Amino acid sequence: MSEQVQHGEHEHHIVSPKVYVIVFFALLVGTAATVWASYVDLGLWNPIIALAIACTKATLVVLFFMHVKYSTKLTKLTVAAGIFMFLTLVSMTLADYISRAWGNW
Amino acid sequence: MPDSTQIAHGASADAHSEHPPYLRHHFESTEQQADAAGFAMWLFLLTEVMFFGGLFTAYLIYRNWYYPAFVAASHQLNVFWGTLNTVVLISSSFTMAMGVWCAETRRKSGLVLCLILTFIMGLGFLGIKSIEYREKIEKHHVPGFHYSMQSFLDPASDPEVFKEYHDKPLAPDMAVHTELYFSLYFLMTGMHALHMIIGIGILGFMIYRAQVGAYTSGHTTFVMNFGLYWHFVDIIWIYLFALLYLISRHQ
Amino acid sequence: MSATIVSLPDQSSARIPKVNYITKENGILSWLLTGDHKRIAILYLISLSFFFFIGGALAGLIRLELLTPQTDLMATDTYNKVFTMHGVIMIFFFLVPSVPATLGNFLIPLMIGAKDLALPKINLLSWYLYMAGGILAIYTMATGGVDTGWTFTTPLSTHYVNTNVLTTGLAAFIAGFSSIFTGLNFIVTIHKMRAPGMTWFRLPLFVWAHYAASILMVLATPVVAIAIVLIALERTIGIGVFDPTKGGDPLLFQHLFWFYSHPAVYIMILPGMGVISETISTFSRKRVFGYTAVAFSSVAIAIFGFFVWAHHMFIMGISNYAVLVFSLLTMLVAVPSAIKIFNWTFTLYKGSITFETPMLYTFGFMGLFTIGGLTGVFLGTSGTDIHLTETYFIVAHFHFVMVGGMLMAFLAGIHFWWPKMTGRMYPEKISQLAAVITFIGFNFTFFPQFILGTLGMPRRYASYPPEFQILNVFSTAGATILGVGYLLPVLYLTWSLKYGAIAGNNPWQATGLEWQTQSPPLTENFVVMPIMDHEAYDYEWLERQKEIEVTHAG
Repeated sequence: MSEQVQHGEHEHHIVSPKVYVIVFFALLVGTAATVWASYVDLGLWNPIIALAIACTKATLVVLFFMHVKYSTKLTKLTVAAGIFMFLTLVSMTLADYISRAWGNW
Repeated sequence: MPDSTQIAHGASADAHSEHPPYLRHHFESTEQQADAAGFAMWLFLLTEVMFFGGLFTAYLIYRNWYYPAFVAASHQLNVFWGTLNTVVLISSSFTMAMGVWCAETRRKSGLVLCLILTFIMGLGFLGIKSIEYREKIEKHHVPGFHYSMQSFLDPASDPEVFKEYHDKPLAPDMAVHTELYFSLYFLMTGMHALHMIIGIGILGFMIYRAQVGAYTSGHTTFVMNFGLYWHFVDIIWIYLFALLYLISRHQ
Repeated sequence: MSATIVSLPDQSSARIPKVNYITKENGILSWLLTGDHKRIAILYLISLSFFFFIGGALAGLIRLELLTPQTDLMATDTYNKVFTMHGVIMIFFFLVPSVPATLGNFLIPLMIGAKDLALPKINLLSWYLYMAGGILAIYTMATGGVDTGWTFTTPLSTHYVNTNVLTTGLAAFIAGFSSIFTGLNFIVTIHKMRAPGMTWFRLPLFVWAHYAASILMVLATPVVAIAIVLIALERTIGIGVFDPTKGGDPLLFQHLFWFYSHPAVYIMILPGMGVISETISTFSRKRVFGYTAVAFSSVAIAIFGFFVWAHHMFIMGISNYAVLVFSLLTMLVAVPSAIKIFNWTFTLYKGSITFETPMLYTFGFMGLFTIGGLTGVFLGTSGTDIHLTETYFIVAHFHFVMVGGMLMAFLAGIHFWWPKMTGRMYPEKISQLAAVITFIGFNFTFFPQFILGTLGMPRRYASYPPEFQILNVFSTAGATILGVGYLLPVLYLTWSLKYGAIAGNNPWQATGLEWQTQSPPLTENFVVMPIMDHEAYDYEWLERQKEIEVTHAG
């Protein structure tokens, strides 16, 4: 059901509804999993699992709903740049806050 | 000023159907135009990522500093409504993606149906959000508006939440910081809701235009780019749900 | 030095081409509702000049007050408002948009062989947002001003002042969107609308510089936007995010603010560096030395520029480990800038140098930016920064890079491309005089401030110990000279619109696609799409072209 028309660089790839349905169900499963996991006391691991599942769901949305899997290298690079910049902001700022507790050398 | 190295070129020279009315004159082809528009939309989404980034940074910092307060405060959030909202938004992303497929395959009534479903689910999300907000208002958990720490100084006074979590009372100097949690809660979900409202508004416009076939005659750019926006808003919620509702359910 | 590369058509028979982007349509609405990137550039040029002179007047007031050690010209609170608005207007409403919104808008499509930018309506919106922000800033000044410094440092701006923090913040917020849209437009255009044969490594370095600056505009500006939103909410509702009594941290604002404002300085300087690459090549008749290094260093400045913001916060209370890391990273970011200075210098070596006005400004840039940049290294070294920060050393440092660097580059670019934008040459002698006056005035104004800073005079103070007076008087005298130097171009450039010599297509005998079209260009830039078949700065190709007769349309 997916038509593929390569037109030079531009992607004309029409993602098939079958893919969307599979991803949709995967997202629902992920939601169920993350809610279930949050009910179990896993100490340190709760936030890690929750974030890992969130990242997986986000990746599915980006790759398939937003067509990035079928997009040009430029689009992929753009997404990567955004994620990188976001991580830089968060991690370098947090690094200051966390290292304040370490005292003066 | 033709130069000997220049060759006559350009879509404007073609007189046939390669020059549809929606092709702007500074572009050589509809592919180039659609490409450029899509790329521009992605760049705009990058700015949104950085905009929310500041809020996520603030949340992570203060959660690190005031962990007990943030845990106790997060217990005030109703996981049922949050999960329902997540399912609603994911479903609306699915219908939006289907809408894009309908536009690409020129299925006008399919597109209109998908847009209407997305619209309704967007409204549903906001409705659920308003239920949650109303609860916060009733319990005086809105910063700056008669904020009350009572539920955290004496958790037993809040029987619903106490039944589920059995939190210990917080010391007053830590309980004060629950207000910061709610500031960030309202900021982040409020900013997200604002983006939903804008999206729903644009959806309304799109439903009208889709009815007259604007998006199903080869010019799908608007629908595709709006789809990107809508999925982005969904992704923000996926992270908000995890960070606000789920990660602090246990001490 | 009477040698010149200027080559004008025969003035007795030369005419401005009848059909060009200025004459294409008449009436104020055709300008206010235009999608033509060249008209938008001119709109920006006029409004930018207006804001520059307001910012400059405020600077004059600062220097007048600082003639004497006491606060005798204005109350301290008023002085605080004057330097705050000077900073806000000069940074957000002059420096950030200066080269990109005027020269970038005008030239990028011409340089890459496109008919317009990718998103003309967004381009126009960008100008309207700029005007809205600017008018709001003026309104703020008229209704009592704001006195927190352009940096809006918390908790002063959130809890201790009753001035117009909100409206100024809103003005900056709106101007930020203007900047984002400009950068977004440039990135899309440069990626998607280059003419056939215009590969990345055939692009003029001006385009590379704007590409790098645009990445910064798009990724950094939203962070200051959220910082401003948080300040607004802190001031109105009291959400507590920056309030120590509620557990908030004022430093969080500074992290978010400087996350943008450090890349902002690169947003300001990179386009200026792009101008310098063009002028230094043209006036040495030589390809820029190490094209690839200069191109990549622009992108490197953009990337590294994201990792150093906390060097503005060394004494504010960040952890010592953060100080260490950010100081080391700051050393790194100086390297690509230095690479450019080296490469431009090597471009001069064995070139045929002439000293037209753009080149005078270029030389001024090279010297003054080097000094400013080197003093930046002193400030990036946390040990010395502890003594020099919040003194006049900082003020001198950033004025050397921004005014001695960026503003000189802006003037170089305006003069260099004036004939292309208007079809007329500016008068050479008086403009050279103005350039020299500017250079002299600048050094008198700002060099003493390095000394003042090292001696310990704090910044943002209306009064100072009497022993600092003589250097302050020097500085104010220099500012007067500088003012003359900036006023002259307004006068003679306006004069040249009617009486300047007809420039023809390529008065500088420069390479670059913009010089192969008529002056002023057609609305659609090119009659036929150009095909790029030679490298950038290819002066041999230009020699071969001279044999072919160039005609213009209309």
